[in-house]
Amino acid sequence: MTTQFSEKAVDLALSSVRELNQALHDVKKGSNVTRWQVLNPRGLHAVAVGVDADVVIEIEGDVGYYCAGMNKRATVIINGNAGIGLGENMMSGLIYVKGDASEAVGATAHGGVIVIEGNATGRCGISMKGVDIIVKGSIGSMSAFMAQAGTLAVFGDAGDSLGDSIYEAKLYVRGSVKSLGSDCIEKPMEDFHRAELFAKFKAVGVAGEVDVGEFKRYGSARNLYHFHVDNAGAY
Amino acid sequence: MNEPVRIPRTLPRFSATFDPQTLSEIRRAAATGIYDIRGGGTKRRVPNFDDLLFLGASMSRYPLEGYREKCATSVVLGARFAKKPIELKIPITIAGMSFGSLSAQAKEALGRGASAAGTSTTTGDGGMTQEERGHSTILVYQYLPSRYGMNPDDLRRADAIEVVVGQGAKPGGGGMLLGQKITKRVAEMRTLPEGIDQRSSCRHPDWTGPDDLEIKIEELRELTDWEKPIYVKVGASRPYYDTALAVKAGADVIVLDGMQGGTAATQEVFIEHVGIPLLAAIRPAVQALQDLGMHRKVQLIVSGGIRSGADVAKALALGADVASIGTAALVALGDNDPHHELEYQALGTTAGAYDDWHEGRDPAGITTQDPELAKRLDPVAAGHRLANYLAVLTLETQTIARACGKSHVHNLEPEDLVSLTVEAAAMAGVPLAGTSWIPGAGGY
Repeated sequence: MTTQFSEKAVDLALSSVRELNQALHDVKKGSNVTRWQVLNPRGLHAVAVGVDADVVIEIEGDVGYYCAGMNKRATVIINGNAGIGLGENMMSGLIYVKGDASEAVGATAHGGVIVIEGNATGRCGISMKGVDIIVKGSIGSMSAFMAQAGTLAVFGDAGDSLGDSIYEAKLYVRGSVKSLGSDCIEKPMEDFHRAELFAKFKAVGVAGEVDVGEFKRYGSARNLYHFHVDNAGAY
Repeated sequence: MNEPVRIPRTLPRFSATFDPQTLSEIRRAAATGIYDIRGGGTKRRVPNFDDLLFLGASMSRYPLEGYREKCATSVVLGARFAKKPIELKIPITIAGMSFGSLSAQAKEALGRGASAAGTSTTTGDGGMTQEERGHSTILVYQYLPSRYGMNPDDLRRADAIEVVVGQGAKPGGGGMLLGQKITKRVAEMRTLPEGIDQRSSCRHPDWTGPDDLEIKIEELRELTDWEKPIYVKVGASRPYYDTALAVKAGADVIVLDGMQGGTAATQEVFIEHVGIPLLAAIRPAVQALQDLGMHRKVQLIVSGGIRSGADVAKALALGADVASIGTAALVALGDNDPHHELEYQALGTTAGAYDDWHEGRDPAGITTQDPELAKRLDPVAAGHRLANYLAVLTLETQTIARACGKSHVHNLEPEDLVSLTVEAAAMAGVPLAGTSWIPGAGGY
């Protein structure tokens, strides 16, 4: 017997965000509704937060703050732009934005992948803890601030103070970096890094769009890992 | 031959400005080039609850029988918006302290003691451990700027969520945990390299200001299907506006932490010079709630230097719903116990003054991640001591409430209090004892 998978549409002009999220939280393991379409999001906040299910959620329009916050397993496609805190603290799954994203993309996110086709503004990947973030455009200032783990790859340029006080996250930028933050340095780009980057691009279907050989790698100098008087100037 | 005239000499005199403590700090700074870091709250004397007295019953006020008549102590938190408010049997709770700053045994003991007393305990900057969830009947999960170990499963396992904007020991400062305490387990929970000196953020990464906080709270409610009470914790600095803005942002509960409140590790200069005493913070916060028609609807938890049932009763009389303890709870577990005096001396200090919690060498096994030291603390026995202490705090609070004729501890009111000092009278908004003068009442 073949399982019949079905799609469900929720129109946020007619239903509330609460009703949408409750329905998504109530998805049972093995449900045959594996694809959700969200209509008329109109910049609403907290759309599709806290989902923990193997579903695809396609949002037709712009979303406000914290879309797909703390996502687990779900694939969330946004056919529009995203507001502040997209995929904040995401644990796993995929978020794919067709437009631009505002501040703090993937803030503190522990896992999964976020792809932005357009640009992201400041604090992209702030305090990231394991997520992979791929921005096909450029990112703003103070991105990857205190980034702990994961990978941030930028096809375009990065703004001021990239990777300030960074821990062990890996940063790859193809274009220019306006300035590096405290304790963030350029590091050698070896074949291993190019292969790793290519694999990450391939996993989300963007490999081949750019030459991974054009990226530079940045990471922690690890000079601020311990309090010491010689580092006082860095603060 | 005449005897030489003996000229009396004055005793050596220390400067009040450059006292021995100050001189020692100057020498330490000159030798190291870096600021002093320590644990705990402010150590200087600031106006506090000792400056207030209860009037008790008299001709016009009738007391309740101390061993006969009921004096209720329970409190419900979070009924404003949460589908599942929590109920504490006593108006005292345990403040947020992290696994990492404290040993797993200490966290377990806090959970055991609080649960036995019918109250809650709170996580800290480092995530939720199985030990504290397992041993805490009611567990409040802190949502901090660092988001170490944050995940939606733990949010849903919590009984309430506390969004931390600041804490009394360091309003405007982030946390610290030095390398000695970043063990393998702590490092893994926080996604950090082992052994580094960890610096936590002082601001949340994805929101700034009260308008954003309103949206953040909406997200947290959506994540948890509007079940959990949401607290907002602030360090005491601008309590009127902070309380009003937290209410506007949608908080169910406000947590207000005075400068006597402790920290695991922060710069000494921060602890002693930023923020205001709890005594000065409660009335403005209560005023904000009253102005918004939210007093007793949005509950107010206060912390920072609470030591006795008298302190609890005074906090409640000034308008708080619950008093929260941190340092006192650690002392009940065994922190700074004279039993370990020789070991404290070996660390260059003495029992009662030990505050180098960040170094992780606590002889009592509480503020440490050293497994040999940590196993000195028996979580069952320590939890029992904490439960005893919470029982005494409650009995003392009831004793005072009955003496003031109150059938519930929340019926205590500012009218029951007077002040011993002009400063405390002004801060607490109660009369100087023996007068009807409230400094500042009616304007300065």
